[in-house]
Amino acid sequence: MSAKRIAVAKTYKIYIGGKFPRTESGRYFPLEDSKGNVIANMCRGSRKDFRNAVVAARGAQPGWANASAYLRGQILYRIAEMLEGRREQFVTELQQQGSTLRAAEKELDLSIDRLIYYAGWTDKYQQVFSAVNPVNSSHFNFSVLEATGVVSILAPDDSSLLGLISNIAPAIAGGNTCVVLASESKPMCAVSFAEVLHASDVPGGVVNILTGFRAELTEFFASHMDVNAVIYCDGGKAIARKVQILAADNIKRVIERTRMDWLGDAENPYLIRDTQEVKTTWHPIGS
Amino acid sequence: MATPDNKLAFDGGWAYEPAPESTDHINIKSRYGLFINGDFVKPEKGKYFDTVNPATEEKLSRVADASQGDVDKAVRAAREAYRTTWGRMKAKERGKYIYRIARIMQERAREFSVIESLDGGKPIRESRDVDVPLAAAHFFYYAGWADKLEYAFPGRVAKSLGVAGQVIPWNFPLLMAAWKIAPALACGNTVVLKPAETTPLTALKLAEVIADAGLPPGVVNIVTGAGATGAAIVEHPDVDKVAFTGSTNVGRMIQKAIAGTRKKYTLELGGKAANIIFADAAIDQAVEGIVNGIFFNQGHVCCAGSRLLVQESVADEVIAKLKDRMETLIVGDPLDKNTDIGAINSSMQLEKIQSYLKIGKNEGGDMHQSSCRVPKKGYWCRPTIFTGVSQSSRVVQEEIFGPVLAIQTFRRYDEALTKANNTPYGLSGGVWTDKGAKIFKMTQNMRAGVVWANTFNKFDPTSPFGGYKESGVGREGGLHGLDAYVKLGAK
Repeated sequence: MSAKRIAVAKTYKIYIGGKFPRTESGRYFPLEDSKGNVIANMCRGSRKDFRNAVVAARGAQPGWANASAYLRGQILYRIAEMLEGRREQFVTELQQQGSTLRAAEKELDLSIDRLIYYAGWTDKYQQVFSAVNPVNSSHFNFSVLEATGVVSILAPDDSSLLGLISNIAPAIAGGNTCVVLASESKPMCAVSFAEVLHASDVPGGVVNILTGFRAELTEFFASHMDVNAVIYCDGGKAIARKVQILAADNIKRVIERTRMDWLGDAENPYLIRDTQEVKTTWHPIGS
Repeated sequence: MATPDNKLAFDGGWAYEPAPESTDHINIKSRYGLFINGDFVKPEKGKYFDTVNPATEEKLSRVADASQGDVDKAVRAAREAYRTTWGRMKAKERGKYIYRIARIMQERAREFSVIESLDGGKPIRESRDVDVPLAAAHFFYYAGWADKLEYAFPGRVAKSLGVAGQVIPWNFPLLMAAWKIAPALACGNTVVLKPAETTPLTALKLAEVIADAGLPPGVVNIVTGAGATGAAIVEHPDVDKVAFTGSTNVGRMIQKAIAGTRKKYTLELGGKAANIIFADAAIDQAVEGIVNGIFFNQGHVCCAGSRLLVQESVADEVIAKLKDRMETLIVGDPLDKNTDIGAINSSMQLEKIQSYLKIGKNEGGDMHQSSCRVPKKGYWCRPTIFTGVSQSSRVVQEEIFGPVLAIQTFRRYDEALTKANNTPYGLSGGVWTDKGAKIFKMTQNMRAGVVWANTFNKFDPTSPFGGYKESGVGREGGLHGLDAYVKLGAK
């Protein structure tokens, strides 16, 4: 009788500034499969983790926004390549978290294709949404889009990979950096996706991913004074109200996303435009 | 003409004779009701308040103070018009009504200019050459969009929102009304608008124009009042869209008040723009740009160039030339065609500006004001500059909304950028240099929605305007300004 090999279990950590620390709080929450077996101890991220992640995101933002659109496109494409290469792992994790095999495979297909879709937009949305404005005076006047800055994202709970990617991809395609709270009930894929990002030439700090409790962390995602926009998903009226009230302290852009935005009409450049600012520049024409 | 000490002397040694614009052709009623459902009606509670000429402190008229019940009535009228006429009208016909408004405003332009200067205190030269023509142009521009919206949003279908509730400030009363009403109507919405309590008259004259243009009753409703009236509009459950221009503090309150309601909103809030002068700029032009940036409209401009950042090697020269130029500015009668700086809009605003002058001095700033005489009656502030201030000074960080400039210096471009971006605001900015590459380096990295290079304070209906960060949400003007008044759906 041959000795059965003991599998090596993965430690699921959070992703801040291109590194994989444990939560500074030392807290965890256990994740169970459908039979009640503990399959992982997830980091229960804290306010301090979030603040550290915002510092990383702010630091990375100008460099990412000033990277050429071509480069950003190639990096998004690279994320898709890496995800394709690891699809079995993700299919397994989705199943561990309750998906059927068929549903898991479909979610992987859509997730990879969604990354390719937004990879292709990086050097095109500017041409669709910019304008040269025919002012009634001797000036050259044009309007372009610029990234809003640091975006906090409360990712959807139900669609733990596709929903996550559908919110991250348009934000970073447009030169923003982000701090994301993963699905609370199905957080494994988000951590594995951080590993994919890490292997995809995405500069550290561009995407930061925390796991933890939504009820505890929503407040900080909405209120942080150095975050420019907050995206929240499938929130009811009470959540909408709470996020918007807290976001008003520094006039954040507040973006509500619903299931349609990752399961339905999820591929359009208006989702990029949600986290863009219009800048208009004037210069005299003359001698 | 050069004077003995080589100072600027535009008057050539001769004093200017008064050159007042005549007021005999204008018509201001002694009392105005609320413009609801196509008629001027009495306010439910029968309350009125005075609107005063800030240059003379004399009463111009009495206007209605709208209560909650009046706002309800206005919103009901707007909803009914949306449902029965405006929301169903062919887009082309909607556009033709808006064109009519533009044309009638052009015909009555001088009357509007005079009333704008009387009620708000701005120099007639500005109301005549900037406010009123731009307001008419704004209607003309958006009129043409009404039947072309399908080209503005590729891949999407744009639908109107319903009833827009709009609250506007006192610094550009008619122009702000145009910025709000024109795109709302073009996109098929109906409107309830509240002008500022110190400058209601041109909005009420605009109501006359709208009636003369034959718009169906209720499409545009204009209700006057103070903060409570504005709050009643913003918080009204049957308003689908809120558009506000004013202070960041009030903007924040509005964002909180409508939290959880799914009302769409745009906010145009405060600013503290840096006007950056490099050593290689055309200095004389830059000095004109500084003057236009901060003294235009008494500095009551959200995008005013209220911070000057000047490269150290030319700081002495620029400041000396600026002080010379300030001596030539004429402060006084807004109706006089020679006046450069008119009256401060209200006694309240004058108090606020004066408190900032004290704060600036107490913080160790060196204050300089031009030596001109100002009239005895009315609200006035001489053009003022502060030197010796630091980045953390309140006169550097906070919006004063008056003719007060805070001056700092810098050595390298990155120092200028860091200082320029180091406020919670991000509405506008300016840069002056003769080097093209430097212009792009600066304009790309200034976190502001409008950037003027080798010019300042230019506006146009086709040009989107609006802020980054705490200067607001959304854009007004141009193609991008349509977005605020539509909901987009998949084709």
